[in-house]
Amino acid sequence: MKVRLRNPDREVELEGGRPVGAVLDELGVAVDTVLVIRAGELITRETPVHDEDELEIRPVISGGAG
Amino acid sequence: MIEIRRHHAAFCTEHFLAMFRTQVEKAIRRFQMMEPDDRVMIAVSGGKDSLALWDVLLGLGYDVTGLYLGLGIGVYSDRSHDVAQAFADARGARLRTVDLERDHGYDIPTAGRRGSRSTCAVCGLSKRYVFNRAALEGGFDVVATGHNLDDEAATLLGNTLRWQTEAIARQSPALPARDGMVKKVKPLHRLSELETAAYAFLRGIEYVVEECPLVAGNTQLRYKEAINAIEHTSPGTKSQFFLGYLERGMPLFSAEDRAELHACEACGQPTTGRFCAFCRARAQVLGERLGGGAETPDRQVAEELADEVLPVEIYDRAGR
Repeated sequence: MKVRLRNPDREVELEGGRPVGAVLDELGVAVDTVLVIRAGELITRETPVHDEDELEIRPVISGGAG
Repeated sequence: MIEIRRHHAAFCTEHFLAMFRTQVEKAIRRFQMMEPDDRVMIAVSGGKDSLALWDVLLGLGYDVTGLYLGLGIGVYSDRSHDVAQAFADARGARLRTVDLERDHGYDIPTAGRRGSRSTCAVCGLSKRYVFNRAALEGGFDVVATGHNLDDEAATLLGNTLRWQTEAIARQSPALPARDGMVKKVKPLHRLSELETAAYAFLRGIEYVVEECPLVAGNTQLRYKEAINAIEHTSPGTKSQFFLGYLERGMPLFSAEDRAELHACEACGQPTTGRFCAFCRARAQVLGERLGGGAETPDRQVAEELADEVLPVEIYDRAGR
């Protein structure tokens, strides 16, 4: 499963077959601090993801620009 | 679907967008932020919060004009302006632009290197000054900013850790006009950063996802991380902290709001001193003298800026 992380932009390959929350745990990312986007839609931490999926994990925390 | 853990709920797109708009309307009504015929200026950065707020206010029928401040932070600023302009063009909305370098003689990277304040502090100071002045000169009734629940909770934590009681007293989401200061409102203060990002995404708003390249490690970010660490295990703590302050804490600090203002001798904007913080910081960055007196040593200016209660800082001492 291809996972695109932002700020800084990078891409990692992770295993699917588990809920989004488990992927976030592996990455050390708190669930309330990111949007998880699959095929143009937001998905929640309980949504199962698969090896063929492509995810974007987009941080929502902003330090100052607003 | 979007899950909001503090509400113990997951929303479909339609109901999430409705909930978001309802929260903004509730904030406006509760704090009498704006009237239907007010001329509203919104401070626009190109980020998710300001564009989400602009979108909601336009949808609610308010007369809203955007103001973008060019900070001179290379391609980041160029892209931010392009995104804000594209948003305005797509909706037939008005966007005004002030450029720090063109209109005031310095940019933020230079100010960060030459001045005695942190880059984020001088950036926040510059924004508050420019937005207030532009709104007054443009005849606007109110300035709206995209500060969200996370921003406000982080600022309150910082003010509380240092017991900055005057700043705590002024952390209302609606500050009335006074002595050369236009009314300021924060209609997103009931909504978290996750919610504003989700709103922008679900509304198809293109916003600048990239973080400002100068912001790494700033104090506000550290406070947000600390609060989010608590929120992760105890959802709802963040809103209890800030919204609880508004209901029960803020009235206890009202006696601390006592700054008296008069006109800056250089620019006429309100200040508690002889010259306002903006003019003093700008003079320091440009190596200019204010008022024909001897040039003030950098160290002394830094100490004065840190100690004095200055109008451009009154709204948000943690800097934004």
